[in-house]
Amino acid sequence: MIKLIIDGVEVEVPPEYTLLQACEQAGAEIPRFCFHERLSIAGNCRMCLVELKGSPKPVASCAWGVRDCRPGPNGEAPVVNTKTPMVRKAREGVMEFLLINHPLDCPICDQGGECDLQDQAMAYGVDSTRFQENKRAVEDKYLGALVKTSMNRCIQCTRCVRFATEVAGVAELGATGRGEDMEITSYLEQALSSELQGNVVDLCPVGALTSKPYAFAARPWELNKTESIDVMDAVGSAIRVDTRGREVMRILPRINEAVNEEWISDKTRHVVDGLRTQRLDEPYVRENGRLRPASWSEAFAAIAAKVKGTSPGRIGAIAGDLAAVEEMFALKELLARLGSKNIDARQDGAMLDPANGRASYIFNPTIAGIEEADGLMIIGANPRKEAPVLNARIRKRWRTGNLKIGLIGEKADLTYDYAYLGAGPETLATFADHAPAKLERQIWLIGQGMLARPDGAALLALAAKAAFSVGAIQDGWNGFGVLHTAASRVGALDIGFVPGAGGLTAAEMASAGKLDVVFLLGADEIDIAPGAFSVYIGTHGDRGAHRADVILPGAAYPEKSGIYVNTEGRVQMAARAAFPPGDAREDWAILRALSDVLGHKLPYDSLGMLRQVLFQAYPHLMRVDQIEAGNPADIERLAGRAGSSGAPTKAPFLSPVEDFYLTNPIARASAVMAECSALAERAAASATAAE
Amino acid sequence: MLDDKDRIFKNLYGIHDWGLKGARARGSWDGTKEILERGRDGIINEMKASGLRGRGGAGFPTGLKWSFMPKESKDGRPSYLVVNADESEPGTCKDREIMRNDPHLLIEGCLIAGFAMGAHAGYIYIRGEFIRERERLQAAIDQCYEANLLGKNNIHGYPFDLYVHHGAGAYICGEETALLESLEGKKGMPRLKPPFPANVGLYGCPTTVNTVESIAVAPDILRRGAGWFASIGRPNNVGTKLFCVSGHVERPCNVEEAMGITFRDLVETHCGGIRGGWDNLLAVIPGGSSVPLLPADLCNDLFMDFDTLRNLKTGLGTAAVIVMDQSTDIVRAIARISYFYKHESCGQCTPCREGTGWMWRVLSRMAEGRAQKREIGMLLEVTTQVEGHTICALGDAAAWPIQGLIRHFRPEIERRIDAYASNPHSDPVPVAAE
Repeated sequence: MIKLIIDGVEVEVPPEYTLLQACEQAGAEIPRFCFHERLSIAGNCRMCLVELKGSPKPVASCAWGVRDCRPGPNGEAPVVNTKTPMVRKAREGVMEFLLINHPLDCPICDQGGECDLQDQAMAYGVDSTRFQENKRAVEDKYLGALVKTSMNRCIQCTRCVRFATEVAGVAELGATGRGEDMEITSYLEQALSSELQGNVVDLCPVGALTSKPYAFAARPWELNKTESIDVMDAVGSAIRVDTRGREVMRILPRINEAVNEEWISDKTRHVVDGLRTQRLDEPYVRENGRLRPASWSEAFAAIAAKVKGTSPGRIGAIAGDLAAVEEMFALKELLARLGSKNIDARQDGAMLDPANGRASYIFNPTIAGIEEADGLMIIGANPRKEAPVLNARIRKRWRTGNLKIGLIGEKADLTYDYAYLGAGPETLATFADHAPAKLERQIWLIGQGMLARPDGAALLALAAKAAFSVGAIQDGWNGFGVLHTAASRVGALDIGFVPGAGGLTAAEMASAGKLDVVFLLGADEIDIAPGAFSVYIGTHGDRGAHRADVILPGAAYPEKSGIYVNTEGRVQMAARAAFPPGDAREDWAILRALSDVLGHKLPYDSLGMLRQVLFQAYPHLMRVDQIEAGNPADIERLAGRAGSSGAPTKAPFLSPVEDFYLTNPIARASAVMAECSALAERAAASATAAE
Repeated sequence: MLDDKDRIFKNLYGIHDWGLKGARARGSWDGTKEILERGRDGIINEMKASGLRGRGGAGFPTGLKWSFMPKESKDGRPSYLVVNADESEPGTCKDREIMRNDPHLLIEGCLIAGFAMGAHAGYIYIRGEFIRERERLQAAIDQCYEANLLGKNNIHGYPFDLYVHHGAGAYICGEETALLESLEGKKGMPRLKPPFPANVGLYGCPTTVNTVESIAVAPDILRRGAGWFASIGRPNNVGTKLFCVSGHVERPCNVEEAMGITFRDLVETHCGGIRGGWDNLLAVIPGGSSVPLLPADLCNDLFMDFDTLRNLKTGLGTAAVIVMDQSTDIVRAIARISYFYKHESCGQCTPCREGTGWMWRVLSRMAEGRAQKREIGMLLEVTTQVEGHTICALGDAAAWPIQGLIRHFRPEIERRIDAYASNPHSDPVPVAAE
């Protein structure tokens, strides 16, 4: 620990701290533009200057280590001042320089109200200018569908450049020119190719980079802010949903060190317009082959008429990827009351079974645990497409060095180097009786590309055995991690939303002739064969709704409070930020009302009562933001079954996510996501053509 | 006047053979092995005793700088010697002549300096515009390899490789950390200090960056002894120095002289005096474009050394003496220098990026008189807002000439402003073609 005197306050800080961190610990506020906790230090804005006794010049506190501060002649602690006239003068000088070439267009700037430059100009700026020359004009750049540029406003802090290079792993942003002609641009003004590019908008301290889809849509002070959880992938990023009136205007990240730090993927951020289009806002009933708007009672009556004449074994339910735990629980209870065991939440056919124990289907090492790992084996997954934020965490760990990464599956640009070991099960099998690797903390990242196939169960057992033999599971470290792609999946497995004894799986239910009535709770990633009477409870006019015989309009994730369990098994609570459109209702309430009509009334009249019943059955769901750890013995048991559940085929592993931007009904309804998808496709095509 | 026997640069004007044979005839490569046998500490102590101050501009004691290098590598990182041959300061042309006409002085110095700091590899970063100089230097290095003076198994028993790296002609790459960035293949932008290069330099390894002249004088100092070198010049400002005199003198020249020679001596002995006589002198920039100018009345008994000039709020810099006589438009001259710094600012940090352009624009207006008198004070304040607030010294270098101008020639600026304001037709009146 190093002792410092900051503004007369004595503090002790670790030697690796910078002066800026030490000043903050001492309670001094340091203005900054270029410095960001999660990016490398640039030290170029010069706003964080402080006075260091003994140094003739003010020093940039963001870049000055406390161990570089020399003690006084008699060993006194170094003295730092942050509020002296000299410091104030220095910062006012820098502020003046930043403002001379910054346009005075705050009234039409989207950053207005949440602009660092605006805020700090209140503290260090003056109300008039001494600058009589012409202001610099910089041409705006094209950076793709998501980031709008207004380069006159740029203050060259290079946060965006550092983010793209360091966090996103695409070195596509840079600065050209020098001196006052320095400009931030992308290579040949091509669209950025990162799935995390939206974050540069949050990073930009001024209005140079703003959100293109959100341009001129709202002002920050008119928005209601609701803290919630994202469902676009299974990571469960912490988000803030900003609404104006009934409408969701934008989605921003919240800081959650355990999950997403402060990044979110572009799908999470820009799916917003998908919440407005293609929405189901009233019930529909199919008559003479055509869907017609109906009242709730008509719709319920149609379902009741069909269900009454159907034997329980011919009724089934499939839960989709965006369903919250509560509604799946209600649906499961309803089906149980109807006497059916045909329930499944695994639309993709992933061979995960809660009977194997929780450790067999969650990401045991945890996302934050990636930073402690020294080895990573990726099997049948493309984390960049399936969970970009988690991939950024892997890259962050990789950048610090000493992380060995291997990949079995599809070759892809993951933004970090890895050893490509092979394409499929045969490569995995070579690790089944492998000698323990000379690594302390390995992670075996099991993707859905390995699990969602007929031989998935055998492969899961094989992977468990391999993980054991190379030593990924040891005392105090469980490196066996399943990476999910669906936000609802772990919650569904937790509450046992899988076929009971003799029940049908999702694939069986979808095939022809197996069912007479099928309930689809937002299940849009599966084709139901003709024949069965399909009841679709969901939000968007997507595949499930087109096939439906009755449509019951539900609530999308910002429109309901619900529990989601992320891929690590972390229980998280999403909050309601807006209301469902038109006649649409929250899904649990629809199921509760339907159960009454079907004569099997579910015993809860409010979400609170439902949760009471849910928590009695599954107490761990009560502990929000915590992980009920899996038992490594489960994996050991699973490993013991390797070889006994049939031999795997030789088919290579394929990532389940073909198009990152179009993985769920909300994203498919979004024009922004469609544009991103088209851009990515074009970029991929031109890359192939160039080769 | 410096005795011929005390000269280090005996072929400064290129009248003798630049090659190895000629260099040997002038004493280079003589007893190099014996010098190395004195050991690292012996060499560094001798350099310290000689009182040599770095010839790149800042005047930091060279021996002391060498002693900052780690004695042994505790973590396996090698040490590097980097020679700054990116001589771009306007007015300066001393390193160019060394590399053209006496490259072996530099090469031998590199070997000795490399040995003294435990570096087995040296890089000479040569300015982009120096194409013939690079060819000459490379040819001299090739001669040395041929004669086994350099290389893995050279006759000196100290493995040492020397590489020439050609820059792309950016002034900022003469800043030592920007030079290292450029050498590593990155954009030439100065690094934050600390850490200093002696700790984390080229490729993250301990590195010392010296200018060509500092390295080139080292072998002679070690051959002839620290006492000899220290006996030349004035206290704390010893030895010989290359002065590059340009501007309004009868015969502009490069000349090796004792430190602390008076300006008058320098100009009258070597350059044939000021154009139009001593009284025609207007001002002198004594150390390259970045230092503040001195008006004629301060130049009468001016000692050309670090401390005297510092006390006059200017500096010896690279000893590039730019002489300006009464015919000079002094405001325009400084405005032109200001433009240079605006053009060469790397754009990394705010005060320099924004300030250099602002200062240049205001000063260009002042050169025409198209300004307000209150802007003079404002300009001075802007220079202080740039000075000392930047990552590297380019901000200071841009501010100082303007501060010097305002300090000594404020009445001239005011006169122009008045003249412009009193002329109702400041733009030339268009006259119909006759």
